[in-house]
Amino acid sequence: MDVSVKFLTMALAILLFVAVVGVILFIAGRSERRSPSLVAYVFLFPSLLMLSVGLLFPAAQTIYQSFFDAAGKAFIGFGNYQTIFSSSDEILVLRNSVFWVVVTPFVATAIGLLYAILVDGAKAEAPAKALIFLPMAISMVAASIIWKFVYEFRPDQQGVKQIGLLNQILVWLGGSPQQWIVNSPWNTFFLIVVMIWIQAGFAMTILSASIKAIPNDVIEAARLDGVNAFGMFRFVTLPSIRPAVIVVLTTIGIGTLKVFDIVRTMTGGNFGTNVVANEFYTQSFRASNQGLGAALAVLLFILVVPIVVYNIRQLRASEAR
Amino acid sequence: MSTSTPNAAVDVEARERAIRAAMSPTGRAAANAKKKVTSPLASVIAVALAVLWTLPTFGLLVSSFRPELAIKTTGWWTFFSNPQLTVDNYTGALNASGGGGLAGAFINSVVITIPAVVIPLCLAALAAYAFAWIDFRGKNFLFILVFSLQIVPLQVTLLPLLTLFVKVHLAGTFWTIWLSHSTFALPLAIFILHNFMKEIPGELIEAARMDGAGHVKIFFRVLLPLLTPALAAFGIFQFLWVWNDLLVALTFAGDSNVQPMTVVLANLSGTRGTAWQLLSAGAFISIIVPVAVFISLQRFFVRGLLAGGLKG
Repeated sequence: MDVSVKFLTMALAILLFVAVVGVILFIAGRSERRSPSLVAYVFLFPSLLMLSVGLLFPAAQTIYQSFFDAAGKAFIGFGNYQTIFSSSDEILVLRNSVFWVVVTPFVATAIGLLYAILVDGAKAEAPAKALIFLPMAISMVAASIIWKFVYEFRPDQQGVKQIGLLNQILVWLGGSPQQWIVNSPWNTFFLIVVMIWIQAGFAMTILSASIKAIPNDVIEAARLDGVNAFGMFRFVTLPSIRPAVIVVLTTIGIGTLKVFDIVRTMTGGNFGTNVVANEFYTQSFRASNQGLGAALAVLLFILVVPIVVYNIRQLRASEAR
Repeated sequence: MSTSTPNAAVDVEARERAIRAAMSPTGRAAANAKKKVTSPLASVIAVALAVLWTLPTFGLLVSSFRPELAIKTTGWWTFFSNPQLTVDNYTGALNASGGGGLAGAFINSVVITIPAVVIPLCLAALAAYAFAWIDFRGKNFLFILVFSLQIVPLQVTLLPLLTLFVKVHLAGTFWTIWLSHSTFALPLAIFILHNFMKEIPGELIEAARMDGAGHVKIFFRVLLPLLTPALAAFGIFQFLWVWNDLLVALTFAGDSNVQPMTVVLANLSGTRGTAWQLLSAGAFISIIVPVAVFISLQRFFVRGLLAGGLKG
């Protein structure tokens, strides 16, 4: 396709869309005289239509499909779910996802919190924060390429120099270079580092904002009581920002559960690094096992729910206090 | 915030509040007042973290300007003792023959992103207005429904949607990506814009209604101008979401000529994982736009990102 054709298609799409909105507003204006509440339905119509066709209906179809076989023809009950929890390949996938979801939120939040406290009130606070936050702005594909280069391995031979930073540091320290993203099971943790690198900025930004929102008199009172730096953190800062910490942990947890880009870009799910979201993609679109793909997607959905519920309950509790 | 909003609303709300506190002048003053005596150890740790966070990107950036042979035989840190500069990697990565053809993919990313931001924003603004300021039957039910759709992972929709697109002969066109990104953005967009609209004083709407203005007129004349910051915040968040997306693009445009940069880069990394001259330059071509957006619109960006934490 020609560049001009592409931009023309885009212009056409936007024009078409403007026309649709125009028609909606025209109908809304007309119906207003008859009944004001009719306007609401007209305003909501395009959104609800898209959500029904593009989200609700497909989601229901996926749940239905998860009870069928690879070709989507024969009903097999909970067969696909049984496969997920019994086949050794799938159990490895589940184990890796557990590693991701347990490690990423806690480490990213801890680093984000530490950094937020360290730079709080420092002279170059804004640029210092921007450095940590920047990975959040770039795609996970680009982030994965950046880290793949850090982990790059060259065989340990005479005259061969390392080009990956991590292996070079190892060599400088007198060690021998490692294939960081090949050697299982530790390779999963080297992939997790990428997600931590991305998410720490998010944690830092939110936690820094809530640290700044702690009332000054609370801090002054603690200081007059002679509380030391650690006590200040343990008894003043941490309790005050607890709701924000929970939001950060759960938000990163949900995002990590669905992580796909990093695993796909760095290892393609090979070397025992596969996770649920990547396995879903492989089964649905590469291995054409519709049923198992659907069951994995439903599993993701089911796993998100308790995290969200926990988040809501904690926030309710902190609101009530 | 209205009491009718579901409780889960609180977390986005809390984040919003925290950000506002941090950005307000009083918040900053408080921060200054809190200024502590920073120990040397604290500074060392902070600098170490900052270096650790920056060095990987810096290394690849330096490499992207080094000749292919140099990248593949020596570490990027040797650049400083033996500097060799070239832009060949960039021309190579942009070029379709021999490289990834990122020039075309860059255009695709632009063509994909603009409608995928404009369409959901406008539709969500209309829907949010209806939820915030019009009384109608089934309002609470519909609002909670839309709100809870936020937690549905994209994954559960992809295969049926692809089947649907194939059936209506849209597969492999920009339309599939525009429509799906727009749909996926709606629950969060409606929710955020609804919260902003609720904050606008009711008297303003009442006064306009007294003057005989209809909902359409109020929407355009009263609300839209006041909503600009909210629209900007969500617009930037959605922009980055779409620009950086891999999953949706891979599913709907994986094998066609409408692939955005993320797809081309991911494929390049899979098939030519050691072609660091292409990968390094390619990564930076894809990073330029979001980083420019980040630097110029940092405040909106942060707000949008915080508001969108639950998405996906």
